[in-house]
Amino acid sequence: MTQEGNSADTPLVALAQVRKTYNEGLPNAEEVLHGIDLSVRRGEFAALIGPSGSGKSTLLNILGLLERASGGVYRLGGQDVTGLDDDERTHARHSTLGFIFQFHHLLPAFSALENVMLPALIGRKRAAAQSPAANGIGESASRARAAALLDAVDLHDAYNKKPGELSGGMQQRVAIARSLVLGPQLVLADEPTGNLDTRSSDNIFELLRRFNSEQGTAFIVVTHDPRLAARCDRIIELVDGRIAGDRRNRARTAG
Amino acid sequence: MGTLGFEWTVALRFLREGRMQTALIIGGAAVGVGVIYFITAVLVGVQSDLIRRVTGAQAHIVLKPPEETVAPLVAATADAPRLASVQARPQRLTTIDGWTTLARQTETTEGVVAVAAVATGAALAIKGNASRSIVVLGTDLNQYMRVVRLDDKLTQGVLRLEPGEALIGVELARDLGAVLGDRFRVQSAENASQVFQIRGLLDLGSRELNRRNVYVDLRGAQSLLNIPGRITNLDIAVGDIMRAEQIAARLRAQSGQLVESWIQTNNQVFAAINNQNIMTLLIRVFVTVVVALGIASVLVVSVVQKRKEIGILRAIGATRAQMLRVFLLQGAMVGIAGALVGSALGLALVGIFSRVLRSASGTPLFTLHFDANLIGIFVIASALLGLIAAVLPARNAADLDPAQAIRG
Repeated sequence: MTQEGNSADTPLVALAQVRKTYNEGLPNAEEVLHGIDLSVRRGEFAALIGPSGSGKSTLLNILGLLERASGGVYRLGGQDVTGLDDDERTHARHSTLGFIFQFHHLLPAFSALENVMLPALIGRKRAAAQSPAANGIGESASRARAAALLDAVDLHDAYNKKPGELSGGMQQRVAIARSLVLGPQLVLADEPTGNLDTRSSDNIFELLRRFNSEQGTAFIVVTHDPRLAARCDRIIELVDGRIAGDRRNRARTAG
Repeated sequence: MGTLGFEWTVALRFLREGRMQTALIIGGAAVGVGVIYFITAVLVGVQSDLIRRVTGAQAHIVLKPPEETVAPLVAATADAPRLASVQARPQRLTTIDGWTTLARQTETTEGVVAVAAVATGAALAIKGNASRSIVVLGTDLNQYMRVVRLDDKLTQGVLRLEPGEALIGVELARDLGAVLGDRFRVQSAENASQVFQIRGLLDLGSRELNRRNVYVDLRGAQSLLNIPGRITNLDIAVGDIMRAEQIAARLRAQSGQLVESWIQTNNQVFAAINNQNIMTLLIRVFVTVVVALGIASVLVVSVVQKRKEIGILRAIGATRAQMLRVFLLQGAMVGIAGALVGSALGLALVGIFSRVLRSASGTPLFTLHFDANLIGIFVIASALLGLIAAVLPARNAADLDPAQAIRG
C-alpha cells in the first residue's frame, strides 16, 4: 500500500460522509449508516458503543475493508481505499489491519502456534515478490514472532494445542496474538470479551491495552460493556446509524 | 507447517480435518479408477485373445491376383438393357505376375512389417487307404514365420522345411493315422504328386485349419501346383492390426491386385470388437462423470461447512485466488489419491479374475502385469479430473463474502 502524507498528523482512519445501504436499488433497500464522519489517530484506543442494530458491526466491517461503503470516502493511513478492488482491499487488510472476533474464530485444524502464524504464511509469497529482501516474514522468523506473542498472552504451554483443547479465554488470547503477528497499525475487535466471564474479560482487555501502549497499535473495540468502555481513551457512540457521541475519556486520560 | 506454502498447507489440513468425507471421496474415485483399470484389462485380454485366435494362423493381409471376370462385349445402358445372361467364370488357379518386384514394393509400404511369398492350392493327402482334401501352402519358412508365427503352434517335432518335408495340423495327422517322421503322398488337382515327410505337428487354433493346412517348401508346392517359379499369394503382416484395412486399401490401389485384410475376411469379429470398444468407452465416460460429480459434490458440501473458516482466512488476508487454489488443490489431491488406490484395486481385481476367467483354450483371459505407464496416465488424468470437478466448489469458496461468512 502506498501511503501519501504518512506523517504523524495524518489520521490513521478518516471517514467522510460514509453511508451504507443494504439491498441497494431494491424495494427493501435499507440505509444503516447515514453519513459517518470519523477520524482515528495512530495509537489511539477507542471504544465503539451503541445499542444492537445501531450499525456498529457494519461500521467495523467497513473500517476493516470487509464491506464496501455505499457512499463517502474512506482514507486508511492517508490512502483513499474507497475504490480499491477486492485484491487490493485484501492486501491492505493483510498489511495494515488485524481482526479479533467475538467467537474467537480460530481454524480448528491448526494448532495455536499455527493459527498465529497463518497471516504470515498467507503473505509470504506476496512479501517475497514485493521486496525480495523482505525480512521477518520467513518461516523461522514468523514462528519466533508467533511464539513470542503466545508467550506474551501467557500461552507458552499451548503452542501445539488445537483450539478445541483450549478454554474460551485462551482461544481469544490466541486470536489476539494472531491479530498482532504482522504488526498491524490498527486492530479491529468485535466484542472481544462478549462471551467471556468477568475475570477473563479483564484479562483480555489488559492485554489489548498493553499491546496498545507497548507497540503503539491503534485499537477500535466494539463493546456492550460500559465497564470496559470506561477503560478506553475515547468512546464513540453510534445510535441509529449516526454518531451520537464522541468523547475523550477524561478519567482514563487523567489516570 | 509452512514449508509447503499457504495453499498446500490449508488444502492438506482441510482434507485431513474432514477425514470421513476425504475417505469417502477418495474411495469413490478409487472404485471408479479400479473399474476402468479392470475393464480395460479385461477388454484388452478378451480382444487380444480373440484376435490371436482369429488371426493366429492367417496373415493380416493377403494379396492375390484379381478374380477372372467375364466382360460383356456390349455394355448395358438404360435404354438398351442387356439381355444376355452372363455366367460367372470358374476361377482357375491364377498367379501373380512379376511378384518379386511387387513383394519388394509391398515390403516398403508404410505399416507393413513383413511379406512372404506363398504358392497355395488344393490337393489330396494320401496315406495308405486314407485320403483327405487339404490345402498345400508352399513357402520359405523363415520368411513366412515373420508373417505368421508357427513356433508357438508347434506341438511336436521341429520347424524345418527342407525339400520333401512338411508341417501338418494335428487333426490331419490323426485322420491319416500318421505320426512324426511318417511319410505321406500329396496329389494335386494338376495330377502331380510328391511324397513328404512329417517334420512337425501344428495346432493352428481351429479344428478346420488343423485338418486342412499342410506347409511345404515353396518349390515343392510350385511343382505340385504346376506353377514353377510363380506364386499365388503374398502374405503380409502389419504393425497395427487394427489398421489392416487402411493398409490393405493402399496396397489395393498401388498394386491393382485383389487385397484382403483379416478385417474383411472376419467382418463379424471386427464388428464385435468395435462394438465392444464403443460400449467400454461409454462405460468409462459414465464412470468418469460419476467420479467427477462425486468429487464435486463432496467439495461443495465442504465449502459450505467451512464457510466460517474461509471467511476468517479472507479477513486475515487470503485473496480470492488463494482460496480458489486451496479447493482446486483438494480436488487434484483427491484425484491423485483415488488413482493410486484405484490402480491397486484394479490390479487386485485383475489378479483375482485372471484365475477365474479363462478363454476357450483354457489360458487365462488376461495376465496380471503392473503397467506403470497406465497407472501414470490414471494419476495424471485423475488429478485433472479432480481439478475440473473442484472448479465449481472452489469458485463458491472464492466468491464467499467474508463479512457474511464470519457473521455466521
